[in-house]
Amino acid sequence: MSNNEKSEFLTALQSGDRQAFAKLVEETSTQIYRTARQILGDEQDVLQETYMKAFKALPTFEGRSSISTWLHRIAVNEALMMIRKRKTPMVSVDDTLPFESDEESSGIEIVDFCCLPEKELLSSESRKFMDQAIQRLPETLKTVFVLRDLEGLSIQETAEALQITENNVKTRLLRARLRLRQELAVYYAEKVEKEKSK
Amino acid sequence: MSEHVHTEKCSTMLGDLSDYIDGNLQAEICAQIEEHMKTCDNCRVVVDTLRKTIELYEHCSDNVELPGEVKERLFAKLEIKDYLSTVDSPK
Repeated sequence: MSNNEKSEFLTALQSGDRQAFAKLVEETSTQIYRTARQILGDEQDVLQETYMKAFKALPTFEGRSSISTWLHRIAVNEALMMIRKRKTPMVSVDDTLPFESDEESSGIEIVDFCCLPEKELLSSESRKFMDQAIQRLPETLKTVFVLRDLEGLSIQETAEALQITENNVKTRLLRARLRLRQELAVYYAEKVEKEKSK
Repeated sequence: MSEHVHTEKCSTMLGDLSDYIDGNLQAEICAQIEEHMKTCDNCRVVVDTLRKTIELYEHCSDNVELPGEVKERLFAKLEIKDYLSTVDSPK
């Protein structure tokens, strides 16, 4: 889409054009579905709520971020609200503190699972474990990991979507990545041993 | 399975890992990390497996599609079902 087309599309969206809105939903709903599913473990009504809120709020959308980033912000807020309604225990992580490498590295497992065959790394059992590992992350880490690494938003877009600083995004991202790596290292350890003994 | 006994250098490197993996680190610091990994096998494994972790998650995420019935329900709820077949496919 050229800048001109983008501007026309936005004007149509903001004036309540249903066809333009349908196009927006068509183009972004897979991403929003994935984001909701990865934060919640399922998508519940987040998808519908996100677009209903977006449609109402479009006339006041100021374009300070891209529409996609703005939709992600709404979806993340909806998903977090849903988690709170379910009363999932919250684990707080103080992200105002700089990354403490000593604290994070104290229990790093050294298992080189890169050598495992793809079918082992991506078996249905492994995928299930990976899903569960994401769900075990505190919300603050999970939201950053989902937006940055799974949805491919930039550091700046992730910061805009979550309304936190870029430094906080970076700190949370590193913590999330290290925790997931650690979980996978422990999970794959036995398989690596088996592979070595072949 | 072994546990990483890290030195001060390893700890410093850990804080820069995300930026290193994403290619957002200054060339000079990248060179220091690469030099360190030549002699620290544990750190090399951490870097490789961290990269692999992200790659595996990306792969699984890319394969998640919006189920047809969820999409239909969404378009019905938003009252845009009439446009479902007429909108351009995403590029």
